Amino acid sequence: MGVEGIGASVVRKEDRRFITGKGRYVDDIKVQGMTFAHFVRSPHAHAKVKGIDATAAKKMPGVVDVLTGQQIVDDKIGNLICGWAVHSKDGSAMKMGAWPAMAPETVRFVGQAVAVVIAETKNQARDAAEAVVVDYEELPSAHHISMAIAPGAPQLHPEAPGNIVYDWEIGDEAAVKDAFSKAANVVSFELVNNRLVPNAMEPRAALAEYNEAEEHFTLYTTSQNPHVARLVLSAFYNVAPENKLRVVAPDVGGGFGSKIFIYPEEMVALWASKKVRRPVKWTGDRNEAFLTDAHGRDHISKAEMAFDKDNKILGLRVKTHANFGAYMSLFSSSVPTYLYATLLSGQYNIPAIHAEVIGVYTNSTPVDAYRGAGRPEACYLLERLMETAARQLKVDPAELRRKNFITSFPHQTPVIMAYDVGDFGASLDAAMKAADYAGFPARKAKAKSEGKLRGMGMSCYIEACGIAPSKAVGSLGAGVGLWESAEVRVNPVGTIEILTGSHSHGQGHETTFAQLVADRLGIPISQVSIVHGDTDKVQFGMGTYGSRSAAVGMSAIFKAMEKVESKAKKIAAHLLEASEGDIVIENGEFKVTGTDKSIALPMVALAAYTAHNLPDGMEPGLKEGAFYDPTNFTFPAGSYICELEVDPGTGKTSFVNFVAVDDFGRLINPMIVEGQVHGGLVQGIGQAILEAAVYDDTGQLVTASFMDYAMPRADDVPSFKLSHTTTLCPGNPLGVKGCGEAGAIGASAAVINAITDAIGNNKLEMPATPDRVWHAIPGNA
Amino acid sequence: MSTVTLTVNGKPVTAEVEDRTLLVQLLRDHLGLTGTHVGCDTSQCGACIVHIDGRAVKSCTTLVGQANGANVTTIEGISKGDELHPMQAAFRDNHGLQCGYCTPGMIMSAIDIVNRHGGELDEETVRQELEGNICRCTGYHNIVKSVLDAASRMKVAQAAE
Ligand code: FES
Ligand code: FES
Repeated sequence: MGVEGIGASVVRKEDRRFITGKGRYVDDIKVQGMTFAHFVRSPHAHAKVKGIDATAAKKMPGVVDVLTGQQIVDDKIGNLICGWAVHSKDGSAMKMGAWPAMAPETVRFVGQAVAVVIAETKNQARDAAEAVVVDYEELPSAHHISMAIAPGAPQLHPEAPGNIVYDWEIGDEAAVKDAFSKAANVVSFELVNNRLVPNAMEPRAALAEYNEAEEHFTLYTTSQNPHVARLVLSAFYNVAPENKLRVVAPDVGGGFGSKIFIYPEEMVALWASKKVRRPVKWTGDRNEAFLTDAHGRDHISKAEMAFDKDNKILGLRVKTHANFGAYMSLFSSSVPTYLYATLLSGQYNIPAIHAEVIGVYTNSTPVDAYRGAGRPEACYLLERLMETAARQLKVDPAELRRKNFITSFPHQTPVIMAYDVGDFGASLDAAMKAADYAGFPARKAKAKSEGKLRGMGMSCYIEACGIAPSKAVGSLGAGVGLWESAEVRVNPVGTIEILTGSHSHGQGHETTFAQLVADRLGIPISQVSIVHGDTDKVQFGMGTYGSRSAAVGMSAIFKAMEKVESKAKKIAAHLLEASEGDIVIENGEFKVTGTDKSIALPMVALAAYTAHNLPDGMEPGLKEGAFYDPTNFTFPAGSYICELEVDPGTGKTSFVNFVAVDDFGRLINPMIVEGQVHGGLVQGIGQAILEAAVYDDTGQLVTASFMDYAMPRADDVPSFKLSHTTTLCPGNPLGVKGCGEAGAIGASAAVINAITDAIGNNKLEMPATPDRVWHAIPGNA
Repeated sequence: MSTVTLTVNGKPVTAEVEDRTLLVQLLRDHLGLTGTHVGCDTSQCGACIVHIDGRAVKSCTTLVGQANGANVTTIEGISKGDELHPMQAAFRDNHGLQCGYCTPGMIMSAIDIVNRHGGELDEETVRQELEGNICRCTGYHNIVKSVLDAASRMKVAQAAE
């Protein structure tokens, strides 16, 4: 309803502060008496900490204190936790090694903190950190999966023999065996999913304040989920009880998963603020972000697919080793299991699937959810496998996919997920049309005559979003419920505040959420404010990740709005002397249908608060809350087609065309949705051709700066052709599915399928750098 | 310690700073102009870009001393009161930002690009010129659109002057 309602590409309300330099990020906040923290970090991948001498550092100018890991242990601050219990196939619990916020005895990755300097200025803290002398005894290290699982490998944690966290499985092994025994063709493939560094542009930061008189802490932090942070800090780390701890996540400069987790630095800042009785601020630099933000991906997999003589898929068998790094980060255990293997059916009818996932400790930065989290790994594996199969079976890759598409819904896959709705053929058709699939052979021939290798590749992805029904995730081992909450406050003058547990760090909630309210009440979005990111204001919430803010967060607002509208209608009916059933809401007015009688929203609101003339027995006020627990995952899906050229002389890839067709259900703000897709696509393209976290033989991260880690830049990537097909999600009242991760999930396979098509060699790993591509061109060494 | 005198967003500023102080530290920590951001430590991301005497410069790699006597403009200094600079308006209208962290640097860099090219810009040039600014959110698609849109707006504005 109205120009600012659902479906309108409204310009964002939040933009004015960002384009004028008035955003308020954690590092922008100053408080009286603030000190600065700088961490002393391990230069070794694996070592014993034999002693820490801070005598000289403590005497340096401006130093307030130097605190060590042993003091954290002595103060009974809890170890970092992993919040999702995954069991091995033999039924045993996952093997967790202890992760103290600063290492008292052993460091297990380069960059792990052992001590922290608190000083009057940033520079003084940094200078003094240089003067802290740590006596290390180096130990042999294993940063790569293959090194960590080799016989005689260095052992990281006594709790995890052989460095194995778990050996998990899903699906029916016997059924898969049976399927393969009947196969006319088997296609097999080994592949690596390269390790990535999330690199939100705002580095993580924390500002902790302790109020002695109230025994109360305030933590300003770069979080995607401040309430979860408070819960974990209170319940597991014993920093402070929840009612004595306020967590604020103000403007946050991107997250992509990396700001879900509660990290050692935030914990230490909080703890230190009480120790030194001064506010403590820590702002990470980019090097620290590379070393300590949870990395993403890092799988090695073997996959086999069985086909019958008509090229219908009979079964899929996957074995994956997932690198967890040196410690189990907050949701790490769920990523290569319930967020990965459960999506291995893709868009296809696969009668039998079996996947085994072995989680491995290595001497590297902990790995956790990064945009897509498990689903990009599943999509990449499956879509490269489909392309390989098409080439091996000599059939058109689009036809092979189409032949195997799931076409009737609901569809139960053999790996937990029950797809509710979709039309995979429609998005593939639209993508092929937009990419002029039919005209490709002619373009390839023309490019060849010009000395260029042209290729086209596609990827048909599906993902599970809106994470997730609490009961379902609870039964799978999650330590939290994944509902969302909302509160709608109608003020006495008729303006509206929406309090939400979702958190915006670039997604534009202040606009999109207001559009929902504007749509229902017919008022301008300027009359609606969104309040989020502060545990003192919003009662509770699970935050933003897994493309859940629309499907779960907005559904909670929808429910709360229904309650508010119902009460407001009762008041309006009473004031208009009409029956409640005859009241409709239009253009900000409550009208009696079929009459010219109406009353404006502000008058109803005012009546609710003056309470002079309310229906008998009605409580004053106009404010309602709701909790929404999703009934199922949502299943965004789509088809991406990439056309590119490879220069045979240099191996350099240039994009010619990139088409993305997505089915996200109902779109609230198409402009914002498209922005989400653009960003995701570039992260997927980055993984495909540019990005990789590389460790050397001694476990040093050699790609620990923007000089060494190839972030996608404007001249590396193309503009995109986007469009949408629509099947409405039946599982939530808005019919939305979520759009935040799709691009990052679907893009990398499309790019690699296109490059391998161009060069005529299927053997190519990500990132497909010019060097790798050149070497993969048949005939080049 | 040294005393530096410069003009920031049209106002004279005199400060007593450690010699190693970077321009971005002066702006953020001393003057409270927190619109200029820091996204890296290797002069790669452009989140810190300001104008020194009208040219885009990375303030994370500039010592305050190097800006002594100069005219510095930050993101806070480009709009005329409530009236946005055409580049700011174009970023908003084309959804050229998401989290907003790279945005001030992008806008300052983009104004310089348009100034240098006199409004004669195409997509390829914009992409090449933006090579020193990293954005993790937008995938650049709408940033490029914003800059091209602003280039024509700025051309119109110049013609009107
Ligand atoms: S902060 Fe200046 S270039 Fe990154
Ligand atoms: S808008 Fe977030 S980094 Fe550019």
